[in-house]
Amino acid sequence: MNFRESLESGKFLVTAEVGPGKGTDVEHLLKDADIIKDRVDAVNVTDLQSSVMRLGSMAFSHLLTDMGIDPIFQMTGRDRNRLALQSDLLSAWVLGIRNVLALTGDHPTMGDHPHAKPVFDLDSVSLLEMIGKLNSGYDMAGNELKGAPDFLAGAVVNPGADTEAALELQIIKMKKKIAAGAKFFQTQAVYDIDLFEKFIRRVEGLKVPIIGGVILLKSAGMARFMNKNVAGVFVPMPLIKEMTDTKDKVKKSIEIAASIVKRLKDLCQGVHIMALGWEKMIPAVLDQADI
Amino acid sequence: MLIAERKPMEEILEMIEDFERILVLGCKGCVTVCCAGGPREVKTLSTLIRMDRKQKGRKVITLEDSTELQCEPESIKPVLEKMANQYDVVLSMACGAGVQAVAKLFPDQLVLPSLNTNFTGIAEEHGVWTEACLACGDCILGRTAGICPVTRCAKSLLNGPCGGASEGKCEVSKDQPCAWQEIYHALKRLNMLHYLKQKPQVKDWPVHPGRVVREDLREVEAT
Ligand code: SF4
Ligand code: SF4
Repeated sequence: MNFRESLESGKFLVTAEVGPGKGTDVEHLLKDADIIKDRVDAVNVTDLQSSVMRLGSMAFSHLLTDMGIDPIFQMTGRDRNRLALQSDLLSAWVLGIRNVLALTGDHPTMGDHPHAKPVFDLDSVSLLEMIGKLNSGYDMAGNELKGAPDFLAGAVVNPGADTEAALELQIIKMKKKIAAGAKFFQTQAVYDIDLFEKFIRRVEGLKVPIIGGVILLKSAGMARFMNKNVAGVFVPMPLIKEMTDTKDKVKKSIEIAASIVKRLKDLCQGVHIMALGWEKMIPAVLDQADI
Repeated sequence: MLIAERKPMEEILEMIEDFERILVLGCKGCVTVCCAGGPREVKTLSTLIRMDRKQKGRKVITLEDSTELQCEPESIKPVLEKMANQYDVVLSMACGAGVQAVAKLFPDQLVLPSLNTNFTGIAEEHGVWTEACLACGDCILGRTAGICPVTRCAKSLLNGPCGGASEGKCEVSKDQPCAWQEIYHALKRLNMLHYLKQKPQVKDWPVHPGRVVREDLREVEAT
């Protein structure tokens, strides 16, 4: 089953994520992907994550298709204008890529080339509209395509938005993304399940599958770092304490992730596990969560 | 108004190094209001130049004057002609448009910029200005409660915020409010939150350099 079929089947979805690195070395990433291959429905490939210059998402997504993994090609509006975005989508289709995750993207100041010219010609919403247009056989300017793609497009939502304004705006934007053609949502990492549940209750009427984000905690320090620096991620104190107190961080990390996955099973349509290099642990997390 | 700041003194001194007769030319428009290049700053800059030359034991003559608006030819002409042949170089204290207007009007005269022009902005408090308008040529402030997302959102987003804001601040700087959250609060105050639900927009960016032609004005001039 490819990702589209899994999504349409209504089964509980599992997606993972790989972030290509700086340089041409892809061996370890391919190894990581191979470990999780049979346990996931799709693997996201990030697009110059955190605005750090890296190997591109399209090339690595293509390598995944060669391995029989269905990739979710992440595409941001940060670095390319509408010409390049449309062209890259056509290229991706020709290379066997079938799923796209449309994102606005971090600002270049967040990364390692902070003075690069930010593009943002299209944002996540207009990117989705454009994908719909390509799917229907036309480009953004209304010119007919000779051979059209048929992408499955998704988007992200941040359920942990920290102010009332931020949350209301997230929900309004989520509706715009659905109207623009988003067929699934992946979320920022969830740690506070009660907060996530409140969010789910607000948006369940929208009837679009939501895949809840799970980041494997590697240490208490990482949790504190995310609390300070990653918008919308909040690791509650008790979890940080569990990480501090444990003798076996890997075991604890798997345990925490598995318990989150278990609870998400009742709340949404899937989990998106971001292992950040700990892909080997994903099978154990899924086993413990009875998936 | 245009916000500008004086260039570092070393850079200015290096630019005028080869000249002895310098016309320091301020502007009584925007740069007077933002205290970067008005008559007062002309005085200060001239004094600093003379002090530097004195220290180096080198001759200098500084002439000081200001135009009403240095971006308007009518305003430049009388000032420069009044002092014709008394200076070798014009050291302009106007914005980039002012410097270029002088250069265009007097193509045989070298004109140097002493300011860095930053942006079109407004004063937040005394001594603090923020960028407000990118002059995009298609103003949407009517839909955003008078807060410009093209300029004040770091990504110029038109269809709502990215997910990067933290505690109401933009992901690029803790000193910068998230423009979209400000728009949200402003629309809520005005009871116009439904404005946020409008059809998604894609911005058609203008081609630079811009050019505005007003036929009605041209015709009047011709008759
Ligand atoms: S939308 Fe913003 S940038 Fe465009 S003209 Fe209006 S204020 Fe200026
Ligand atoms: S945080 Fe707000 S102001 Fe900053 S880029 Fe995102 S939407 Fe724009």
